[in-house]
Amino acid sequence: MVEAVSLVGGQAEVLWHGDPTVKGVDVVVVPGGFAHGDYLRPGAIARFSPVMTAVTEMARSGGLLVGVCNGFQVLTEAGLLPGALQKNRGLKFLCATVGLRVERTDTALTRDVAVGTELQIPINHFEGNFTCNLETLAELRAEDRIVFRYVDNPNGSVDDIAGICSAEGNVVGLMPHPERASSALLGSEDGLPLLRSLVG
Amino acid sequence: MIFSVHVEVRLRPGIADPQGSTVERALPTLGFDGVSGVRVGKSIRFTIEAPDEATAQAEVADLCQRFLTNPVIEDAAVEVQAGAPVGAAS
Repeated sequence: MVEAVSLVGGQAEVLWHGDPTVKGVDVVVVPGGFAHGDYLRPGAIARFSPVMTAVTEMARSGGLLVGVCNGFQVLTEAGLLPGALQKNRGLKFLCATVGLRVERTDTALTRDVAVGTELQIPINHFEGNFTCNLETLAELRAEDRIVFRYVDNPNGSVDDIAGICSAEGNVVGLMPHPERASSALLGSEDGLPLLRSLVG
Repeated sequence: MIFSVHVEVRLRPGIADPQGSTVERALPTLGFDGVSGVRVGKSIRFTIEAPDEATAQAEVADLCQRFLTNPVIEDAAVEVQAGAPVGAAS
């Protein structure tokens, strides 16, 4: 993630999970990984990391916050985004490049990307199945808070949802990895527009 | 006072359970017929210190709500019993 952000001209500062502040950064990204071994539930323990107090405060005051994969799981566990990520419908760990459609512009990740743009972005997850109740789904749809959908739903996510944002639009979470589509060497550069929006 | 606690974390009704479905589908192949409604959950056991059972119950409920379950998709069946768990070293 640090490499990808630097690639598009951003200055990346790594925050430690024990840090008491977010050190005045403009955007916080909670990256992918396997925090605490995904024990109990993915992100369930990491959401209580000391730094999350400062991250939550920043998000609640309108600061920009993005969660990728395990980061998205942390944000749903922390209540900063609605819904939950469950095991993939096919019960297989998915390691693939999938088609993603941008459904909403003007978020931290999609500022300069048109609605309807299709991007090839990798997914690497076992618990990527976005789930929420019908009221939440209706709310997400009515408020235009679905930011990305899968072109061909790989994991059973409701309404093909790959990423969503908070009511104010400042918090975005998605299961796919834009930072892993940041160079021809990685197989796709389709993540660059999203990263540029982040850094722009 | 010591209390022994058993928390059974379950997927809420209506939430899809692919693990349960997979187990259920495998059963006839293994020769088990007539089994349906398989749901797979988690069993968590611990001891907790509290001045009385009501306080222990309240703390465990809080623990379940805030941490052991994700209320969006899970609920918990809780058993609280006075004393250390049977078979535990004293």
